[in-house]
Amino acid sequence: MLGDWIRRVLSRARSALRLHRVDEDFQRELASHLELMTEDNIRRGMEPGEARRQARLRLGGLDQLRETNLELQGLPFIDRLMQDLRYGWRVLRKSPGFTITAVLTMAMGIGANAVVFAAFNAIILRPLSVPRPESLYSIHRTDDLAAQSYPDYIDLRDRNQSFEDLAAYNIVLAGLDTGGNPSRAWGIAASGNYFDVLGVQPLLGRVFHAGEEHGSNSAPYVVLTYSYWHGHFRDDRDVVGRTIQLNKHPFTIIGVTPPEFRGTLLIASPDFFLPMVNQEQVDGSNLLNDRGNRDAIFMALGHLKSGVTPAQAAADVNLIWSDLVKTYPKDHAPAKFALARPSLYGERLGRPMRAFLVGLMLLAVLILLAACANLGSLFAARAADRSREVALRLALGARRLRILRQLFTEALLISVSGGALGLCGALLLLRLLRAWQPFPQWPLNIPFAPDRNVYALAVLLSVASGLLFGAVPVTQVLGADSYEIIKPGSQSRAGRRIPFRDLLLVGQIAMCAVLVTSSLVAVRGLGRSLHSHLGFEPRNTILVNTLLEMAGYGKDQVPDMQKRMVEAMRTIPGVASVGLVDRVPLNGNVGAGLIFADQTSDLRPANATASASVMAVSPEYLQAAGTALLAGRCFSPDDDKDGPRVAIVNQEFARRIFGSEATAVGKYFKQQDGARFQVVGVAEDGKYGNLTEDPEPAMFLPLLQSPASNTWLVVRSFAETQALATAIKSKLAGLDSGLPSFIESWGSAMGLPLFPARMATAALGILGLIGTVLSFVGIFGMAAYSVSKRMKELGIRMALGAQRAQVLEAALGRSLKSLALGSAAGLLFGILISRVLSSVVYQATPRDPLVLGGAAVAMSLVGLLATWIPAQRALSLRPLVLLRED
Amino acid sequence: MATKSEILQGTLDLMVLKTLDAMGPLHGYGIALRLEQLSDRVLQVNQGTVYASLVRLVQKGWIRAEWGTSENNRSAKYYTITPRGRKQLAAEADDWARISGVIGKLLQLESR
Repeated sequence: MLGDWIRRVLSRARSALRLHRVDEDFQRELASHLELMTEDNIRRGMEPGEARRQARLRLGGLDQLRETNLELQGLPFIDRLMQDLRYGWRVLRKSPGFTITAVLTMAMGIGANAVVFAAFNAIILRPLSVPRPESLYSIHRTDDLAAQSYPDYIDLRDRNQSFEDLAAYNIVLAGLDTGGNPSRAWGIAASGNYFDVLGVQPLLGRVFHAGEEHGSNSAPYVVLTYSYWHGHFRDDRDVVGRTIQLNKHPFTIIGVTPPEFRGTLLIASPDFFLPMVNQEQVDGSNLLNDRGNRDAIFMALGHLKSGVTPAQAAADVNLIWSDLVKTYPKDHAPAKFALARPSLYGERLGRPMRAFLVGLMLLAVLILLAACANLGSLFAARAADRSREVALRLALGARRLRILRQLFTEALLISVSGGALGLCGALLLLRLLRAWQPFPQWPLNIPFAPDRNVYALAVLLSVASGLLFGAVPVTQVLGADSYEIIKPGSQSRAGRRIPFRDLLLVGQIAMCAVLVTSSLVAVRGLGRSLHSHLGFEPRNTILVNTLLEMAGYGKDQVPDMQKRMVEAMRTIPGVASVGLVDRVPLNGNVGAGLIFADQTSDLRPANATASASVMAVSPEYLQAAGTALLAGRCFSPDDDKDGPRVAIVNQEFARRIFGSEATAVGKYFKQQDGARFQVVGVAEDGKYGNLTEDPEPAMFLPLLQSPASNTWLVVRSFAETQALATAIKSKLAGLDSGLPSFIESWGSAMGLPLFPARMATAALGILGLIGTVLSFVGIFGMAAYSVSKRMKELGIRMALGAQRAQVLEAALGRSLKSLALGSAAGLLFGILISRVLSSVVYQATPRDPLVLGGAAVAMSLVGLLATWIPAQRALSLRPLVLLRED
Repeated sequence: MATKSEILQGTLDLMVLKTLDAMGPLHGYGIALRLEQLSDRVLQVNQGTVYASLVRLVQKGWIRAEWGTSENNRSAKYYTITPRGRKQLAAEADDWARISGVIGKLLQLESR
């Protein structure tokens, strides 16, 4: 008999899966039936029309037959599923408060996970959109950022045995002029084989190839990226062949890359590509023959030959390097190289980013778990509230399985609609993130587009969560004894049976406390880093970037133009001081130079005493930047190319090279090119590369002795920023209307060094907020539940003369105990994991009374607010009314 | 179908099964024709009714269906009784004989 049953179910399941085909087959069968009968009728002498009509009559209604057939062949549990869904919908609609809370809780959990996973997916999981991304690797020095010089790259390219071919590129900033409108644009200066190594095909026109390189400035071609072409040329397909100006040098547009190719660096989107041999025309750096300039190549990358592991390739590169060190001891020091994925600039950016995202993922999962715990306890409470209904259905003959299925259907209804809502929110947020350009001066932006993985994860998590929290009340239902529950006045043991739910609540509060603690740690750290000692004062200061080379100024014209610009700025009313600097500290790359003691004569890198940040500045820079001069003098206009070479060093420099700050003034040191500098002043220490760095040696050199055409005007003024910017612009236009400039307040430029900390703080803050809301709902649910379950007991207590405090104790003691326990555990754990934060947020430390106190106060507030309404309800009980019931 | 009693359904199924047992492979029209002849038009139902029976019997595995060609070259779905169907028919026929005997006696007793 069982065999029969299984056979029947299987047969139905098979046909249910192809109900459409079953129906077609049946229609064919009925048609053949009609034909056979019609023929018989004709043979018996009927008119063809009459014969057909009679046949139809005898067969019966076609539609009805088809419907019956479908009903018989269909799957009965689809019907029942629909029934369950309808019933679940009715039940949920009856308690809109519960439903809305539950759906929103779920939406927060799923939404947070979708957003975080989309970021993780976009940054870590998704390969670059080039052919064969799995074998694409880049070469990175393990000790510092600088990679190789151009001649080094050529040696590596030609001598390695591991790469199919090796390409290289630099990032350049240029004034791009498509006809009377010079504007700043970011480009990739690439080796000739760049596109062929990557296997990128153009969308329009062609790309450049290795064969077109014939020495310096031999290939004046430019390939536009899709986004620049789309934005500036409005998809004009005739741009190929047109000439544009890059820093006043003509370049021919030869092609446009496809939209999905944005270079190989994930976080940046360039505007154009040009051959590296022509880089000199764009930024003046003639690097093709400079063996010692290790800043020349930003990144070298290529596909590994099949069968070669990254470790083997790294060994290969290291071997070539040690040979280069032997051949060129004056230019090179021993170093180690490793291979990494090019998309995140090797491990330097990759490791912290991965750590950060994994941390966020963990937190998001914690949030989802908290949401599930929350909903689990809400569902358990509801199941207890509905125990009579369930018992009644059981007594009337409903099977337990059916009732369980009903509960799961409700849980899934909530989790899936919550998930859908959360996903919608997540998509909205991701759209904003995608359009977001955190720093106006850099082309940074990450393609956060969600893909299949993200949707699949959201669906999977929704269903899994539904099953998870739907399972919480299962034992309760299975163990229900209908007679016990239906008996009048029986409160059964429902009020006592909550240890498991207590545990859930404690866990959830602990998670919330973790989030609150770590977000407070981050906020405090961020606050501190805003007020930390920077060595300059960004407030009331405006930075103006001018690239004189873009406007076609020759090397000899630059100092004069810079002098005129400074003077023009000084004439603006309200301007206190104006300085010039070639690299603004904490604003991207500050140049570095090797420092040798005065008595050292063998200037090979291994003999250097230290490496120091180098800034070329005008005499008034220190004053304009707010950097204090502690000893000696500032530069003067006489420190020019005819005067002796001088330098102002910071305290750390003085300590490291000369042993003390006091004796540094008047002493000498050397740079690698043999130039001898006299220290004329000592300035305060500061931050140069990033906010979390230890004190680093740094020195300032007179701009007149170390000329640079790409400089920043530092304009200190108490005038209103907007008006000041307008005035600066018109002054610059007065000097040269074709000069591209970029104006930003130093305060907003600080967004760059603060970015990681701000991101971490914002993310933690949002997660912390969600966590707080979740545990608020959880505590509220638990407290309300325990009050309503023990209403009668409380009534009796009050009738017997219990004090308010005692009633509250009885009603809420459990919830409050959970709160205290959970908060304590969460605080402790939060402190432990906050150590991780200190690598992202400057001076993040949990050992801070404000953090501990803040977290404790926040958790108490959550508890107080969440138990307020249930407490009011417990206190307003009227024993007589209550006891009269039942 | 829901309004029809289980007994009538069972009766019809048994008749279809017996027909296929006796006549060999037949299409739906053939079965309906045969049932009409046998019952001398006593059973006044639409011919389409046999299809519900056929679906039930196929699902139980007592008959199987196959598209084939009729004697005058029309394609039609042919039904064949399976060995399991034969066994079932024997058992049901026994039951039927026993029950109809009992009912017959009972009716005679009542009418006396």
